Amino acid sequence: MDIFNKILYEFEIFGIEIQITQTLVSTWVLMGLLIVFALIAKSAVSKFQTIPTGFQNAVESLIELVENFVRNTAGENLMELAPWFLMLVLFIFTSNISGIVGLRPPTTEWSTNFALALCSFYFIQKMGIKHRKKDYLKSLVQPIFLFLPINIIGELSKPISLSFRLFGNMLSGLILMAMVYSMPVYLRILIPIPLHMYFDLAIGALQTYIFCLLSLSFIRNAAISAS
Amino acid sequence: MDGLSAIIIISNIAVVLALSNGIVTVFGQAKIAIAAIESISRQPEVAGTVTNTMFISLALAETQGIYGLLVAIILLFANPFIPIYIQYLMGT
Repeated sequence: MDIFNKILYEFEIFGIEIQITQTLVSTWVLMGLLIVFALIAKSAVSKFQTIPTGFQNAVESLIELVENFVRNTAGENLMELAPWFLMLVLFIFTSNISGIVGLRPPTTEWSTNFALALCSFYFIQKMGIKHRKKDYLKSLVQPIFLFLPINIIGELSKPISLSFRLFGNMLSGLILMAMVYSMPVYLRILIPIPLHMYFDLAIGALQTYIFCLLSLSFIRNAAISAS
Repeated sequence: MDGLSAIIIISNIAVVLALSNGIVTVFGQAKIAIAAIESISRQPEVAGTVTNTMFISLALAETQGIYGLLVAIILLFANPFIPIYIQYLMGT
């Protein structure tokens, strides 16, 4: 593990420089794992029974967890967002804990987080316009017309603060772990284990929860009028 | 003292200042946690709602500390002033 993101391979297409970095490779690995998991779950759906056992238990409890989370936080109106949040939870959590197996977590790269936060931004605007129509656009010029630029800056700051929160937390954990791994060999045997438990598992799970909770509450505030 | 070491020393002082806003962040987060615990102990039946609100408030309060941390990380590992200084040296 290193503080800096290493460039593994570099090439050029039509004058655009494309860099294959460590985080990009670990994103592909995690994408592959999640796609395989989804395919296995899909092929197993036809064999599901009324009384769940084994693998079916795991899949059903995961889906129920996310559905309950969306229902309790945002209400029945926004249940269409549950699949998106299932994907968000799976991807962010697996990438946060991927530091344990030696991959460089994709969430330590700001561009990954900003892409996820931009999707949240899209859903905030889309759900606001879909559920409140003109009221939502009118809320941008509240209380008077002069507040329009301030409200627009407030909207634009949401994805930035969302992405920076996840990025800062994960990168600070990674830098601390890199410092521990640069110690002499005899100190590296037992010390990293509790640190991995804290920085990867505990902080990773907490940040996943906070990212999903914050984007869901932003969407709820946009979609359901406060007054 | 030449220019490069001056840049590094001043950057490190700036890193300490940027990280010291973590003190304020921790006090704010402690206040949020105290208020949440008090309201849960007064009314245990609203624990779920209070916990959710507490996490949102904690995350919003944490943003300040994270911004300071980012400034510190940029100054430490990707200092933007050193390339400017090198360019200046090449120019003269």
